[in-house]
Amino acid sequence: MTRRYSAFSLIKEGLTGQKGWQPAWRSPEPKKTYDAVIIGGGGHGLATAYYLAKTHGIASIAVLEKGWIGGGNTGRNTTVVRSNYYYPESVAIYGLAHRLYEGLSKELNYNVMLSKRGMVSLCHSTGELEIGARTVNAMQINGVDAEMFSVDDVRRVAPLLNLASDARFPVFGGVWQGRAGTARHDAVAWGYARAAGALGVDIIQNCEVTDFIVEGGRCRGVHTSRGTIRTDRIGMAVAGHSSVLAAKAGFRLPINSYALQACVSEPVKPVLDTVVLSPGTGVYVSQSDKGEIVIGGALDRVPSYGQRGNLPTLEGVISGLLEMFPAFGQLKLMRQWAGIVDVVPDSSPIIGESPLPGLFLNCGWGTGGFKAIPAGGVLLAHLLATGKHHDISRPFDLDRFATGRLLDEAAGSGIAH
Amino acid sequence: MQLFHCPFCGTRDETEFHFGGEAGNIRPDGADVPADRWANYLYMRDNPKGAVREVWVHMNCGEFFVMERDSVGHEVVSSTSLDGAGHAR
Repeated sequence: MTRRYSAFSLIKEGLTGQKGWQPAWRSPEPKKTYDAVIIGGGGHGLATAYYLAKTHGIASIAVLEKGWIGGGNTGRNTTVVRSNYYYPESVAIYGLAHRLYEGLSKELNYNVMLSKRGMVSLCHSTGELEIGARTVNAMQINGVDAEMFSVDDVRRVAPLLNLASDARFPVFGGVWQGRAGTARHDAVAWGYARAAGALGVDIIQNCEVTDFIVEGGRCRGVHTSRGTIRTDRIGMAVAGHSSVLAAKAGFRLPINSYALQACVSEPVKPVLDTVVLSPGTGVYVSQSDKGEIVIGGALDRVPSYGQRGNLPTLEGVISGLLEMFPAFGQLKLMRQWAGIVDVVPDSSPIIGESPLPGLFLNCGWGTGGFKAIPAGGVLLAHLLATGKHHDISRPFDLDRFATGRLLDEAAGSGIAH
Repeated sequence: MQLFHCPFCGTRDETEFHFGGEAGNIRPDGADVPADRWANYLYMRDNPKGAVREVWVHMNCGEFFVMERDSVGHEVVSSTSLDGAGHAR
């Protein structure tokens, strides 16, 4: 039986006919009761289960996923990992995620293929250069790596980029985060699932939560498509459908659901070994290890739960891409898809106990949830285990919408989600 | 490209329209509205999956109207001018 992945186990299995490999996680029948239940088998939900078992020693945990694990936004994003935010609270949460990502392959004994290829956010005017310098200063003060790039620096890392002075969005420089990069998004879900499963977590797929059990004003369990499950601690990490579950639990959230599209070209030889974001075109682009150009852009403009995306936004993204990289006009688009994201007024996540005691929230990550998966898991696990906020999650409580202490990252770092 | 219906101009491209919020979300009246009531009005949303009733604006003519549509399949059921629809239902 081979459970641990290593060069040694590869050689051993190679010599013995590959017969000893075990499934990466079990698929058990749901039990009647658990110490804690997590709704949503994406990155955040699986990471929560892992840290709940690993850090807090909770013995009996279930992750309930209505489809298959990693089949929602975890498998639909553009795989970028970064922490270039403005406010100290945001840097604390995204910085925690970024640091955990750096050790994740070793932690999980699963290669998440983190590639710290760096990311440049372009500046298209002298005004944007000043805002870029402000962002770099804020990041450095908050202890995150960042530096200003000149046009020559930008040319060095992205020689194919259109740097002509008469471009529609001329490049004046950029903000560089060298530790940013990409990770294999499916591997993050699978790695957490495998590691959580090894610690005894039940990962239950095709199990949709249909209602909550409320007794004495507290959440005491869930009704699911695979039977009733009782527990006193429930976490939900169901980005895109947070409002739908909240309605079942009897409260509302400050969320509108929108489709966020992405697409990939046919695979080509290496042409781009960094992540490039242009605030002018709203497009960000990188090249996957397989060679596909991975393209993302702005949200659709029509609120939606349809995981398709609409054509005007896709057209805008592609025309923006061709403005940035005219050579990519030769490429064929291979796939296009969309995920449904939680759009929150201040573009910051919501983490904390919900208005229904016993039910805890991890939602509202907008277009940027993938990069935050390890932190979302640590913080929701802390809440579930202790009933109290971690210092890093407290500013992100739902109560900020009544107190007015919003964390407006759309204004702070110009990140449009 | 999806076509939406402006009660004033007729059928136009979706890119000419802008989402204005959920219909029936009425601004609280009076001087001493508690903070949670304000938060409810400003931020909290039903955000339903399926049938929705929303305020939209046709940016070309400035007409605000209520559109009923499906938030999954995007079928448009009706477009009614704000006067006729009754924003507050």
